[in-house]
Amino acid sequence: MRGITFVRQFGEVILAIAIAPLFAGWIAQCRAWMQSRSAPPVTQPYRMLRKLFNKDAALAETASPLFRITPYVLFGTMVLAAAIIPSLATDLPFARAADAIALIGLFATARVFLSLAAMDIGTGFGSMGARREMMIGFLAEPALLMVLFNASLLYGSTALPSLVDGYRAHPTIIDPSVIFAAVAFVMVLLAENARIPIDNPATHLELTMIHEAMLLEYSARHLALVEWASYLKLFNYACIGFALFVPWGIAIHGADGGGALALSIVALLGKLVVAGSALALIETLSAKLRIFRAPEFLAMAFLLAVLGLLVHLLLGAR
Amino acid sequence: MHLLHPFTVPVINVLNLLAACLLLLSFAMLSRRRTQRLITLFAWQGGILCLSTSLVAYSSGLHELYYSAALTLLLKVIALPLILRRLIYRLGAEWDSETMVNIPVTMLAGLMLVIFAFGLAQPISMMATTITRNMLGIALAVILLSFLMMITRRKAVTQVIGFLAMENGLFFAATSATYGMPMVIELGIALDVLVGVFILGLFFFQIREQFESLDLRNMENLKEE
Repeated sequence: MRGITFVRQFGEVILAIAIAPLFAGWIAQCRAWMQSRSAPPVTQPYRMLRKLFNKDAALAETASPLFRITPYVLFGTMVLAAAIIPSLATDLPFARAADAIALIGLFATARVFLSLAAMDIGTGFGSMGARREMMIGFLAEPALLMVLFNASLLYGSTALPSLVDGYRAHPTIIDPSVIFAAVAFVMVLLAENARIPIDNPATHLELTMIHEAMLLEYSARHLALVEWASYLKLFNYACIGFALFVPWGIAIHGADGGGALALSIVALLGKLVVAGSALALIETLSAKLRIFRAPEFLAMAFLLAVLGLLVHLLLGAR
Repeated sequence: MHLLHPFTVPVINVLNLLAACLLLLSFAMLSRRRTQRLITLFAWQGGILCLSTSLVAYSSGLHELYYSAALTLLLKVIALPLILRRLIYRLGAEWDSETMVNIPVTMLAGLMLVIFAFGLAQPISMMATTITRNMLGIALAVILLSFLMMITRRKAVTQVIGFLAMENGLFFAATSATYGMPMVIELGIALDVLVGVFILGLFFFQIREQFESLDLRNMENLKEE
């Protein structure tokens, strides 16, 4: 029995790595449709990754070892995060190993490495992007923590698998605080993954860049790994959202065999399709904020999460 | 504690959810600068109010409340937003926005107000016998947030929207604490609000005539020489 859970864990991670670019491609396609442009194929991210892996890497002369290892660190942390997040089943060895607060720490590690690497070369745009990223990060983290505390007030744990199990034990209760937490979470997701109200992932104007500005010096396989890590980050955030707010279909503790797992894969794919088009809709409807408005946006996310806590105390269900 | 009508658990859940939505919309209104968005949010608030009122009517069996839900729908979701939209179109103020408002500080103040309102409503709601009594705190918070919006904004149209949102909060307090006011009073209030908007609409034109802008800061200079 012990061995089979490790096999499942391995399968979950492989699935996450494999479909994360597909998710990003799906969002890009939806965006193109909604903006009545002709859409790139869903598999475009895979093609880009293949192209980048086949190229020769160029490194700046001033690059330190930190700059070289950062892509691997980023990819590694994101894969580890994908293993911790219960996207398919809660009864997996890694899922029980760390709670959501450790998960936020993991994301913070990746951010610190990326920012240091961006400053490493010493170009203006790189350090500008790094500073902006740190600003967004330090504002987004408390909001995300508040969202998690909100969930832990409901189910008495900060570990994502326990949250999912707790939710499935009382599926009829909809707590009003969940709305606040969900809105706050979506805002944090947009900010953390360089989506449109905060940062435009498709921009070519260096002055407005945040995430892209940090990657300017990377090329070939390093760039491919960094890009893949950012696809994985988006996928991971989506999976955290599913675990917190719509954990239907995730194989819970004690669910046996392939049936539940197959169902959970179908459920995950369905949720990704819906979430991807919803994200594309949000990005299409909103305009990019000026960088000085970003603190306002994230302060609002934080306040909404705190409000969720208050509302839970006032009119919590049960 | 005896209950007037035993609500079923799902109904209470949905009512709580709607109350939370109302509070969320109040905060969204606080955070918006553009007048047009505010009107849309105001219409949404009316929609939520209409839903919650008809839900209370359905589960308490009070048919009067259906009428007030219909009135809400007619007045606050359809008529008032339409009138306000036409007004700002006629005033040429469609793209007006408040640039000088510090949104994060306003939101923080709003959060404090919510805590205050919840604390204030706790002992009052203990005395109420209706099952929806927990929502008194939310209603109070909505009223105070609308107050805050009226205080912090400078444009005349925005202040009127704040006033109308405050009326929404009062209405919600009435349905949640006492299952609604008598029909005569409700009709009177509805008529007052409607007439109030017409009169304030006239004022807008007067203000603009006088100062060539809808910014109420100019009113501070109004002194007899």
